Amino acid sequence: MTGGDIVIAGVGGQGILLVGRAIAEAAMAEGFDVKQSEAHGMARRGGSVVSHVRFGGKVFSPTIEPGACDLLIGFEPTEALRNIHFLKEGGKLVCNTRKISAPAVSGSIVVKQPPDIETALNARPGTLLIDGYCMAAKAGSPRAVNLVLLGAAARFLPIPSSRLEAIIKKSFSGKTLEINLIAFRMGRGLRK
Amino acid sequence: MNKVKKEILSGNEAIARGFADAGGRFAASYPGTPATEALEELCRLPGIHAEWSINEKAALEAAIGGSLSGLRSMASMKHVGVNVAADPLMTASYTGVNAGLVLMAADDPGMFSSQNEQDTRHFARMAKIPCLEPSDSQEAMDFTRLALELSEQFDTPVILRTTTRISHSRSVVTFLSGERKVTKRKPDFLAADSGVLQINIPKYVMLPGYAGKRHVVIEKRLAKLQEWAESTEINKIIGSESPKPVHRRRLGIITSGVSFQYAREAFPEAAMLKLGMTWPLPERMIKEFAKGVKSLAVVEELDPFIEDAVRAMGVRVDWGKNVLPLTGEFTAGMVFEAISRRRESSPKTPAAGIPERPPNLCPGCSHRGLFVALSKLKTFVSGDIGCYTLGALEPFSAIHSVLCMGASVTIAHGISAGLKLRGIKRKPVAVIGDSTFLHSGITGLINLAYNGGDAIVVIMNNDTTGMTGGQEHPGTGRNAGGEKAPRMDIMGLCRACGLRVREIDTFDLKGLEALFREEMAAPGPVVLVSNQPCALRYRLAGRPLEIDAEKCTGCLKCLKAGCIGLKIAPVDGRRRVSVDRLVCNGCGICAQLCKAGAFREILA
Repeated sequence: MTGGDIVIAGVGGQGILLVGRAIAEAAMAEGFDVKQSEAHGMARRGGSVVSHVRFGGKVFSPTIEPGACDLLIGFEPTEALRNIHFLKEGGKLVCNTRKISAPAVSGSIVVKQPPDIETALNARPGTLLIDGYCMAAKAGSPRAVNLVLLGAAARFLPIPSSRLEAIIKKSFSGKTLEINLIAFRMGRGLRK
Repeated sequence: MNKVKKEILSGNEAIARGFADAGGRFAASYPGTPATEALEELCRLPGIHAEWSINEKAALEAAIGGSLSGLRSMASMKHVGVNVAADPLMTASYTGVNAGLVLMAADDPGMFSSQNEQDTRHFARMAKIPCLEPSDSQEAMDFTRLALELSEQFDTPVILRTTTRISHSRSVVTFLSGERKVTKRKPDFLAADSGVLQINIPKYVMLPGYAGKRHVVIEKRLAKLQEWAESTEINKIIGSESPKPVHRRRLGIITSGVSFQYAREAFPEAAMLKLGMTWPLPERMIKEFAKGVKSLAVVEELDPFIEDAVRAMGVRVDWGKNVLPLTGEFTAGMVFEAISRRRESSPKTPAAGIPERPPNLCPGCSHRGLFVALSKLKTFVSGDIGCYTLGALEPFSAIHSVLCMGASVTIAHGISAGLKLRGIKRKPVAVIGDSTFLHSGITGLINLAYNGGDAIVVIMNNDTTGMTGGQEHPGTGRNAGGEKAPRMDIMGLCRACGLRVREIDTFDLKGLEALFREEMAAPGPVVLVSNQPCALRYRLAGRPLEIDAEKCTGCLKCLKAGCIGLKIAPVDGRRRVSVDRLVCNGCGICAQLCKAGAFREILA
């Protein structure tokens, strides 16, 4: 791979922007040109959040086209499904299995939660489903779920894990750093 | 040796760094997505006066003062903020500047967080001032410096126009530390020895007699700027380094801003005229470029601003708004399909039937109780710009108009006068937040009081500018840098208008509903003020609630609270509500809606 187009999707408050920024920083350190697009504004706590990260020799558009994404990192299965059309043929999916339900009511209609998203996601070849929250809890805090997912996604990135670890070390300190590093390494060490 | 340093910055951060790097010292803004972070970043940089002004007009006027004092100055705002600042802008064009003056305006194609999709470039033409459009963070930084220099060279305010994808995208910026020097310009306003500001009445006093002479100067300035546009390196032809000469290429594209990135990705082989300055336009350069290509496209989001001007030059445009939309954002794929007239055989779209996560009031939000109460009140409620706009959505449907900053109060005043003339006895309600009230609601309130309006004005004072991420304002008692500042007494301000003022508790539904019934019947206008702070900004949380599944009847009345903490979960095959304890803030609005008394605090 001479670069990468990565979509990261989840729900506000899951630490998505941090993962996008870590990949972008590491890619720049590897000598790639980098562009990143984030959803801001009305996306508050509980809303859908998407971050696009692109790196390569020279990147023009800050956003990724549907059907052109190399790697989709889903922090939540419904949000992964919402963005799965971005994946290209043969693109990889790393997805957290814990669901965060959409609001019970949309308008005056009681919303039916979609039945078996996992089966739909798993039907794709090259899908890696993980219980990120469970692993993050084992690492020391469920909040480190984003680092577990980054670790799990690292195998598909043309960036050495040491680069990513260096960025994590730059971003945190103390106990949080310790937990985040454990979480990252747990995710990276997963076997499919 | 100069050290090269690389950083990934958002467009807004890059603008702030470019401003500071070019010796900018005075910055003023009013929060508004997607412009907010430019001033937030400037607050972190040393030696700069960075302020949240009361509104965009105040921000621009203050920046004009900063420029007159001899400091490079900037006012930053979202596109609709320029409407508010339009009054000083149009005449600041006539007076010109002392030190460099930039108006950074961020447009929002696709309306991620805005009430319209207006195109700021029209303001540049109307004010007869230059408009620069960066296409990534590097240019955002470089063009900010250039805008300041251009402002001083041509004695004019300069608009630096971004869009959401420029302001909020992050890309690599290269700093050459130690190399760049602040280009110094002797402030002509400072008398040589005394340091006292010099007086220049014909230039800065826009009486008709003086303004008439300045208008002539401004038209000449525009002609000079147009000449500058022909030779500046920010207007450039790309693709000419390839062995094929430009004129042999089939397709030529004129573009600017983020549209350049989409067009370049869609047509890497096309000849491109990339305009870094979109007003005034380089006519000779455009005509020359058009002559050298077989077909010409103009790729720009929103209005056909460049395209109309190019057509007016007598140049044929083959592809423009005839194939590209006037609304929303572009993508590279969209540009490709529109101009190549090719559609993908199987377009890739999101799967159907995935439940949305619409924007929601946060758990514990002080606005929730108000909208539950208002949804039962049978009257027209005019809303305003802020988180409380969400009161228009289901399950509340309790906001019936949203127009612009401050309009809730004035619209309610007009409706009350209209209803009175038609002999209808019903009071309209206005809902406005604290920051918006101080921005421009107060003028409407004075107007209402003075002209006999009869409405209930609700001010949701949550001690922050919530929707844009929690900025300070005069009511919080802290300035942009977080230092202590005089605290505006909002209730006292309303009393000073000559109005009756009452404090309300939006977490007490029964009390609130009774108070509304009373005030709907009472004669004369009233201001109701809630002083409950923003739960998100101040991290306020009580003990989470839970539901006794034995008592829950599945009536779903609690869902009228419109809270993401409530879930429907079947128990023994019957419909029951449960509380997500990780989300619940314990505010108790849902519990007050429950007739069965099924909610209780989680016991430790």
